[in-house]
Amino acid sequence: MDLSELITESISTLALNKVRTGLAMLGVVIGIGSVIALVSLGQASQKMITDSIQSLGSNLLTVVPGFQSEGGVRGSGNVQTLTYEDAKALRQASQLNAIDKVSAEYSSRGQITAGKNNTNTQIIGVEPYYLEVRNVKIKSGTFINQKHLDSLNKVAVLGPTTVTDLFGDAADPIGQTVRVNGQVFTVIGVTVSKGGTGFNNQDDVVYVPITTAQKLLFGETQINSISVSAINEKLMTQAKNEITSYLLARHKIKNPDDADFRIFSQEDILSTATSVTATFTTLLSGIAAISLVVGGIGIMNIMLVTVTERTREIGLRKALGAKKKIIIYQFLTEAVMITFIGGVVGSVIGISVSYILSKSMSLPFVLSFSSIFLAFAVSAGVGIIFGWYPARKAADLQPIEALRYE
Amino acid sequence: MPNVKKLISIRNVSKVYDNGEVEVRALDNVSFDIKRGEFVAIMGPSGSGKSTLMHIIGALDKPTTGEYLLDGQNVEKLDEDELAQIRNHKIGFVFQFYNLLPRTTATKNVMIPMMYGGVPKKNRIKLAKKLLDMVGLKDRYNHTPGQLSGGQQQRVAIARALVMNPAIILADEPTGNIASKQAEEVMKIFQDLNKKQHTILMITHEEEIAGYAKRIIKIRDGKIDADIDNGKANVAKAKDF
Repeated sequence: MDLSELITESISTLALNKVRTGLAMLGVVIGIGSVIALVSLGQASQKMITDSIQSLGSNLLTVVPGFQSEGGVRGSGNVQTLTYEDAKALRQASQLNAIDKVSAEYSSRGQITAGKNNTNTQIIGVEPYYLEVRNVKIKSGTFINQKHLDSLNKVAVLGPTTVTDLFGDAADPIGQTVRVNGQVFTVIGVTVSKGGTGFNNQDDVVYVPITTAQKLLFGETQINSISVSAINEKLMTQAKNEITSYLLARHKIKNPDDADFRIFSQEDILSTATSVTATFTTLLSGIAAISLVVGGIGIMNIMLVTVTERTREIGLRKALGAKKKIIIYQFLTEAVMITFIGGVVGSVIGISVSYILSKSMSLPFVLSFSSIFLAFAVSAGVGIIFGWYPARKAADLQPIEALRYE
Repeated sequence: MPNVKKLISIRNVSKVYDNGEVEVRALDNVSFDIKRGEFVAIMGPSGSGKSTLMHIIGALDKPTTGEYLLDGQNVEKLDEDELAQIRNHKIGFVFQFYNLLPRTTATKNVMIPMMYGGVPKKNRIKLAKKLLDMVGLKDRYNHTPGQLSGGQQQRVAIARALVMNPAIILADEPTGNIASKQAEEVMKIFQDLNKKQHTILMITHEEEIAGYAKRIIKIRDGKIDADIDNGKANVAKAKDF
């Protein structure tokens, strides 16, 4: 009795009880399907986050306000430790050789309206340098220039999502007016899409001059961050060191541990984001794997029922000359066939579900062959592990006992 | 071939079932031989030990003591897989309840022993059909047991028993479950097979059925009661297949 015979035998046996076979298979289908769908979605969101972080520019350093130590008390966040003046000083300092462009930003969420339409979006006060430092491109109109900053002009540059939200798809918003937090701004430009969705949508944004944002919109003097581009990627570390020592000196802090600012590179953000999404993906697939194990137990359950029900058949097969090994193989093949076919169906469903979900959530569609391969290996393994005990039980039946069984 | 005349040799065979409390002696020091080409009926009331004897001769069970030689081979010394091999190659079983695989065609049922016996795949269907023709089921190849009468099912079982060309056909109450007219047909097949030098051992409790055999061994309380040469064996009158 060779493998092809075992397979044809077990398929015809399984086909005799389609409902039961289908139910046993269902557990594996759901298990494999959810593993593949979740791993694929996890990898898609990882790719999306990575892509959008990389689109910021790979030689970018971000300086943000940090802890400030005053009389041993450490605070964070709200304290005014980073100012627009810091950014200007960084730009003008002649001893910083590794840095190229400096751009200060102040951002906050706010309401923006145009006619009847309104949207809640990210309002970013920027300098003209923002364009180059953050790798932003203008699709139509112009970006904010120094004159706008100097004269506190109420001009705005919109991201593509904001344009769609406020004016619809087709309209040209240049020259139109919008209300930002109740004040009238003239739209002077639209940026090219950078991608991203949900909370990480880099297109759902409105840019205004930083001075206008600070003084007219929010009444703040602090800034959220200073983006600094290094001359090239190799000089990132040097740039970071130069900025650190310059700002420490400027803030009159002697011990670097007491620094009231922090500097991130894209690499730092990228690796954090990657590890977060990787953990999340692992967690999700772990949960899905549990359903696979449950499916396996379902198979064992049904195989055990089958063994009891087919006692006479097993006895007969043994009486007709089937060796122990053959009975074990027969039952194992049946279990593995259930998991294998379940694995195929589950993969198809998992891939379809992840395709549909990634389209509806506008995530990139990532097909992970390693997860499909793994799912198959696991499903075959589940079949062997959970099929073994029932198969063993069947093979150990004594032919006379089995033949006598009613 | 060793010992050409004696196909089966039972020497001082006893079988004791011991469930810890009661010791049941199902067979008590039984000895007899069966020669090639014989048609033997083993008769006895229920509980006489005839089923136990059948299980031992059929290599489904081993004697507690004593020696059982089948075709010159000591069966009581074999392990489980070797017994399976003996059952496959040397013994053709015909059971009271036919024991065909349900929802499986007659042809496939007949092919099962060949699958376990390593008969090349291409020969199996041909041989199965040839034997089904022989038992008169030419037009029933693809019928499942549910679509066949009791007698037809038993004929499929006989075809299955013959398919490995066994040394002996072992029939356990072969007519116990079928109508008397069909029983006669089954007995005719056995007598025809016996004419072709097949050795047949049949267990029955019906005098009439035992009457078709050439030799009748009567068994009672685990011992041989009588061993009769049935010179005036009944002749089954059934149409030829």
